Amino acid sequence: MSTAETKAAGSKPGRKAPAGERVADWADGRLGIYSLAKANMRKIFPDHWSFMLGEVCLYSFLIIILTGVYLTLFFHPSMNEVVYHGSYVPLQGQRMSEAFSSTLHISFDVRGGLLIRQIHHWAALIFLAGMFVHMMRVFFTGAFRKPREINWLFGFLLFFLGMFTGFTGYSLPDDLLSGTGVRFVDGAILSVPLIGTYLSMLVFGGEFPGGDFVARFYSVHILLLPGIMLGLVVAHLILVIYHKHTQYPGPGRTEKNVVGMPLLPVYMAKAGGFFFLVFGAIAAIAAIATINPIWEIGPYRPDQVSTGAQPDWYMGFAEGLIRVMPGWEINIWGHTLVLGVFIPLVIFPLVLFAIALWPFLEAWATGDKREHHLLDRPRNAPTRTAFGVAWIAAYFVMLIGGGNDLWATHFHLSLNAITWFVRIGFFVIPVLSFIATRRICMGLQRRDREKVLHGRESGIIKRLPHGEFVEVHEPLTQEQLHTLTAHEQPKPLELEPEVDKNGVARKASMGQKMKVRLSKSMYGEDKFVPKATAEEYQEITSGHGHH
Amino acid sequence: MKKLSARRRHPLAAVVVLLFALAVTGGLYAAFAPAESAKADDTAQSLAIEEGKKLYSVGCASCHGTGAQGTSDGPSLVGVGSAAVDFQVRTGRMPMQQQGAQAPRKKPVYTQAETDQLAAYISSLGAGPAVPSKDQYSPDGGDIAKGGELFRTNCAQCHNFTGKGGALSNGKFAPSLEDVDPKHIYEAMQTGPQNMPSFPDTTMSQKNKKDIIAYLDEVNTSKSESPGGLNLGGLGPVSEGLFGWIFGLGALIALAIWVAARTAKAKKS
Amino acid sequence: MSSQDIPEETLPSKQGDTREGAVTVKGDPFADPGLPPHEHRVQDIDERAARRSERAVAFMFTLSMLATVGFIAAYLAIPIDKNIYVFPLGHVSAMNFTLGLTLGVALFCIGAGAVHWARTLMSDEERIDERHPIEASPEVKAKVMADFAEGASESAMGRRPLIRNTMFGALALMPLSALFLFGGLGPKPGTKLRKSKWAAGKMLVNQNTMQPLRPEDVQVGSLTFAMPQGMSEEDHDFQVQIAKAALMIVRLRPEDIKDKQELDWSVDGIVAFSKICTHVGCPISLYEQQTHHVLCPCHQSTFDLSDGGRVVFGPAGHALPQLRIKVNDKGYLEAMGDFAEPVGPAFWERG
Repeated sequence: MSTAETKAAGSKPGRKAPAGERVADWADGRLGIYSLAKANMRKIFPDHWSFMLGEVCLYSFLIIILTGVYLTLFFHPSMNEVVYHGSYVPLQGQRMSEAFSSTLHISFDVRGGLLIRQIHHWAALIFLAGMFVHMMRVFFTGAFRKPREINWLFGFLLFFLGMFTGFTGYSLPDDLLSGTGVRFVDGAILSVPLIGTYLSMLVFGGEFPGGDFVARFYSVHILLLPGIMLGLVVAHLILVIYHKHTQYPGPGRTEKNVVGMPLLPVYMAKAGGFFFLVFGAIAAIAAIATINPIWEIGPYRPDQVSTGAQPDWYMGFAEGLIRVMPGWEINIWGHTLVLGVFIPLVIFPLVLFAIALWPFLEAWATGDKREHHLLDRPRNAPTRTAFGVAWIAAYFVMLIGGGNDLWATHFHLSLNAITWFVRIGFFVIPVLSFIATRRICMGLQRRDREKVLHGRESGIIKRLPHGEFVEVHEPLTQEQLHTLTAHEQPKPLELEPEVDKNGVARKASMGQKMKVRLSKSMYGEDKFVPKATAEEYQEITSGHGHH
Repeated sequence: MKKLSARRRHPLAAVVVLLFALAVTGGLYAAFAPAESAKADDTAQSLAIEEGKKLYSVGCASCHGTGAQGTSDGPSLVGVGSAAVDFQVRTGRMPMQQQGAQAPRKKPVYTQAETDQLAAYISSLGAGPAVPSKDQYSPDGGDIAKGGELFRTNCAQCHNFTGKGGALSNGKFAPSLEDVDPKHIYEAMQTGPQNMPSFPDTTMSQKNKKDIIAYLDEVNTSKSESPGGLNLGGLGPVSEGLFGWIFGLGALIALAIWVAARTAKAKKS
Repeated sequence: MSSQDIPEETLPSKQGDTREGAVTVKGDPFADPGLPPHEHRVQDIDERAARRSERAVAFMFTLSMLATVGFIAAYLAIPIDKNIYVFPLGHVSAMNFTLGLTLGVALFCIGAGAVHWARTLMSDEERIDERHPIEASPEVKAKVMADFAEGASESAMGRRPLIRNTMFGALALMPLSALFLFGGLGPKPGTKLRKSKWAAGKMLVNQNTMQPLRPEDVQVGSLTFAMPQGMSEEDHDFQVQIAKAALMIVRLRPEDIKDKQELDWSVDGIVAFSKICTHVGCPISLYEQQTHHVLCPCHQSTFDLSDGGRVVFGPAGHALPQLRIKVNDKGYLEAMGDFAEPVGPAFWERG
């Protein structure tokens, strides 16, 4: 109603509005776009490179969908055996599945087909890598705190589903490398107690490899998983807009505002432009570097294999787990418990979900129910940062395990030694990195404190009249002082007194006790360096020139 | 001189000095390191067991024994055949520089003529696979596609899809086959050097071997085609993943930094 | 003269003292000073610099157009099978290389132009939006609760538990039908995983030559792969069968064989082991002829072929199954039956 009135008042009577406005009026009458635009057209987005990591993921996801649709026009998801007579000489006359031969057709006989295939695959690797880094940015800055926990889970689910979308896609060409990966999947399914063999028969439509899995993986890869992911991406973006973006602490930035550039025009130009930059860069990579050259790999046969059989990087963590696990197998009462395969299969999601659940643990241990829109500097949350680094350490140790044969040949090491290193490292390295990171964080906190109280080391050495040399410290500006002291410092939870004010005794529950203990171990007195207070600052600055 | 001392404090000075020092050390090392002196082909003598025996007693007997019957340091060479001698010596694997998990390929110490003499001596001790003739090992006329299938069945498990090599247990490895002389590939299949199993003519025909060589000649030489671009070592997903992280995501993050950075402000005064 | 040197008088005067978002607390040295005053870029005050930016943006957009024309020309003109040498990439497909680079440049220049435009010509003054709590106000919440209570009571769900309970029951059971529909995805396992194509009297056919093997063909230190007589690549179930039947044959010196059963099941030191790893089923055949170890290229399980196929390293849980072989009266190697145990990865019913 009010929009209609203002519009009538705004346009001069008797003169037709410009065409663009008329189209917008038409759409507004049906979609209500003016109200939408009022809220969002000049919406503020803070500018920081680390806030664009999510855009890298979004755009590579779009690129994957675009190129993927193109590929479906040529790919035959069939395992029917054919004899190849296409243009790639070293495979002519070979038996292979239609899936493999149609992938060769895309690569060698469709103009631009190889480019689109390579863009699709490179974009997939970058999509997953982008999600990983984006997730770490959100984690280390504490952007997952209330009200964004659900969006954190959406993002994590996107990463998790992305891994399987990638894996099913990688398996589609039915080449010798991916077939070996599918063979592993079959072995992993078979290891499931009780129902493993039944599951395996259901997945493969009979015994491995059967004639069905390419067609089945195809519908999962192009329909089921991307469909869910698209929904999650949309929900993720809606929540980002609804919550408004977080921002780094700094002058003028508070929990109650968001400082940055308006959507129209700056952010639109930058974000829109960034899509083209991402697409252009990936296209250029696809022009200069080959990926998954299935013609070199050859068609899948269950009795053939190549050394260096690895999955794409995002499955390297799982590959590492499976490679370094000792071969435990228990036979009792006529049944076999294949722990050597089943334990990694269980650890794999558990480790991944550990980071996904951290926000809830942290909220529980801090008892903090407020909204947070200002980001933490990682050093100011030592326990969280240390946990994140430990998690990454475990992840990367397993990535090394997943490529143990290649590290062996390229660094002239023994395969067995690397495997042992990873076996021990998986337990030891995360613990060491946890301890080291927490100490480094506290060291940095201490340095911030020094900087606030005594100023910045200027590098200028001054000789005093009596011969002493001192370094001149320059005081910080108020902006810097504010930025370095704006963060809150944690207080561990305390148990409520056993006897309350009215003298009624009450017992703390087990859960409460656990919570308090956890809270103390995370935020106790020796777990942070108290930040400089205004009183300390004034005391030091009033004693002028006294360092 | 004044200029030099002024630039000494330049931030890049340390890098320059470091590079210079590295170059000097490398050069000195190259100059003084024990050179693998190529032995002169002093005579144009024809194959002679006697000459071979002399060479053997100087270069090989310390490990393989004076009569080639083998010692704790080296296996018996009786019956290994001239193909084995030609392969081991001409690829530089023998004589070994030091005991280790495996003798690597290096610059050969003996000339072809000396190797032939050694081979003549060794094959005089017991019959074994003979050095193949050129029409046996030449890739011409081999069936590339069949060779590919044979390669994937018999060889790829150790040497990788296109012969880039791979790891074995406890520090041993299957070497890369890139640009290896077809003759040596043929000899290796015949004789099974070191831990490689042999593929004798009785189980892998001469035609099979020729097909495999033809396949390798097609896909694994420096002239082989890689239609999609850089082949990243032909190692598959690990090198692809590294490339994707470093050059893919790395480039995109660099771009993001440019997009988000504040534009330079006008200087006052 | 560089455009950066702008005389001070042309700069707009400094903004007033009041800053946006300033929180001034008397005596707090750490108080938020508010947004720093906006400073101008060269382009904001020097029209020449702005025009240079404009030209740069237009240049990039033009370059993009040219690259698109180049893409179309390359698509039409380059033969698809043409290879060119590009340093340092190697011998690459001319089509892939040109199409990728022209497409890349066309896209990249649009992006670079837009970003340069935004960075240099659009306003770079930071703005502030207020945030509002996500949680609803107590009044809104009270209204919603009241509405819900009203709706719930109108539905009579609370008063008629029979309806409620049977509805939950129906909804809970319904997905079971969907679950059963998935039963059609595959057959029951039965004994499929226990049986392979090997049977008594089947000769060992060399996969290279497709001829049955004789003991004298197999030399010490050699490695041979075999499949059962009567199997052919043209069989409709070849892939399924070879996944279980693949066989690896090596010859050891009988005195090197440490396991008694292995010796009994061999012929003059010739032993036949399953080629399928007992871990997760990769074809395992990285045979080291001096140590008699075979290594799996997928997960590095290592088996000792001189000791009954025992696991010596890695994640595999049990030994490689051995096929019992003999020499038949025509002098060929043949199987004396199927494998005594299921080949490949372990499973629950394996026992």
